[in-house]
Amino acid sequence: MDAFLFQILAGLATGGIYASLALALVMIYQATHLVNFAQGEMAMFTTYIAWSLINAGVPYWAAFALTVGIAFVLGVLIERIVIRPVEEAPVLAVVVVFIALLVILNSIAGWIYTYTIKSFPSPFPKEPLFGIRYMSAHEIGAIGITLVVLAALYAFFRFTPLGLAMRAAAQNAQSSRLVGIRVGWMLALGWGLAAAVGAVAGMMVAPIVYLDPNMMGGILLYAFAAALLGGIDSPLGAVVGGFTVGVLENVLGAFVIGNELKLSLALVLIIGVLLVRPSGFFGRVHVTRV
Amino acid sequence: MALLEVSGLRAAYGQTRVLHGIDFRMEAGGITALLGANGAGKTTTLRALCGMVKTEGEVRFAGESIARRRTEDIARLGVAHVPDGRGTFLNLTTEENLRLGGYVRRDKKKVESDLERMFGYFPRLKERRRQQAGTLSGGEQQMLAVSRALMLAPKLMLLDEPSFGLAPLLVRELFQILRRINEQERVSLLLVEQNAAMALGLADHAYLMETGRIVLGGKASELKGNDAVRKSYLGY
Repeated sequence: MDAFLFQILAGLATGGIYASLALALVMIYQATHLVNFAQGEMAMFTTYIAWSLINAGVPYWAAFALTVGIAFVLGVLIERIVIRPVEEAPVLAVVVVFIALLVILNSIAGWIYTYTIKSFPSPFPKEPLFGIRYMSAHEIGAIGITLVVLAALYAFFRFTPLGLAMRAAAQNAQSSRLVGIRVGWMLALGWGLAAAVGAVAGMMVAPIVYLDPNMMGGILLYAFAAALLGGIDSPLGAVVGGFTVGVLENVLGAFVIGNELKLSLALVLIIGVLLVRPSGFFGRVHVTRV
Repeated sequence: MALLEVSGLRAAYGQTRVLHGIDFRMEAGGITALLGANGAGKTTTLRALCGMVKTEGEVRFAGESIARRRTEDIARLGVAHVPDGRGTFLNLTTEENLRLGGYVRRDKKKVESDLERMFGYFPRLKERRRQQAGTLSGGEQQMLAVSRALMLAPKLMLLDEPSFGLAPLLVRELFQILRRINEQERVSLLLVEQNAAMALGLADHAYLMETGRIVLGGKASELKGNDAVRKSYLGY
């Protein structure tokens, strides 16, 4: 029983990270109707920036805040410079651009930082927090940070005029322009926010999986599975899906299929959801008149 | 000075020319109707004024050239557009739709009171305040589209078939509200309508379009008396 509870709680910790990354995917999907394959590499790259800052002697939380800011700016720049020119291009062209972005970011990280695995510090103490023995302090901290990020994003989109304008721009670009919203900038802001959320996920997962240019490969697969499970156009779904996938991965990995086959679980989930219920738990079912 | 001055306006969708050089002008505070059959180019004219299609020619709004400017910049100058198909933000609530209408305004207090004023014009919208706009009926969405445009506090309002899909009683009510807005707030209206009788009743000036050209223009009362207009568009 103890071991079971332990796996569930550990699953929630990684699940929070999948939830963040899945949410970043959903944010971009809502605006562009495309899945950003480079989301994981963007998170990885910004985690390296955090690593450089910390190594240069910047205190952890200052480095954390700086990295989130840099990630935001990078996200905006990527949208403006790379994505904007292919806005009107066919879907496949954009997908190729996403994949190119993935490969480029991966190679630049490898070129600058080498492919040697590095350890990444956790801001949380080594001893268990609050005397909880089932979870490490880092796992509790990661869940806490994830929840804060999710709550902040929810409040931003729900209660601020800018958040409302961003939702409007993602939904109906033409009507948004007619009320004077600068749709192009709203999309760029969306990319910035998604990159910032990804950066937080990267910094939270790096102490667990260690830092290397390929660290996000598996995690992005879980995030895809999470986003699909929750419904690719539903932010709430992404969060619920993220935690669900985290727990499933840990519990099934420990007791049913073994750790070696864990990653295939993500693939099974992706195919399963697409076959059985393509709109996921919370996604909108698209009905078209013929 | 004219509020809106259009000269030699041409527009095309891809290779297909839709407007073949139209000229008209509108005085500030007026109501002008654009009449014509389906496919005459009325909707395209409104879209061209807002930079929603590629155009050639000149459009001056309050003395400033707005031809080939971006739609959002034209909106920010005070041109509100109730588009063909209503342009509702289907997944947002009624209130959020209205707030978006006032998104670019800086006078936030006035925006709040304008919101209440819209609910005064259309009490149905107040009842549906927190409801997803996609669940509103066609008529309610039409009221929402007009209110959303008004929330911009526009100088000029372009209305594309505001009577479309409304019950006759509602059409009359809507036209009364439009007249009130025009008289009390000095909002100029450019109205595209199939319902020529209603439009000529409301407008002071009117232009008649046929296949991408303006073929007749003048005071609404003159057009009402014109035999050709009477036979083809008023049906008596």
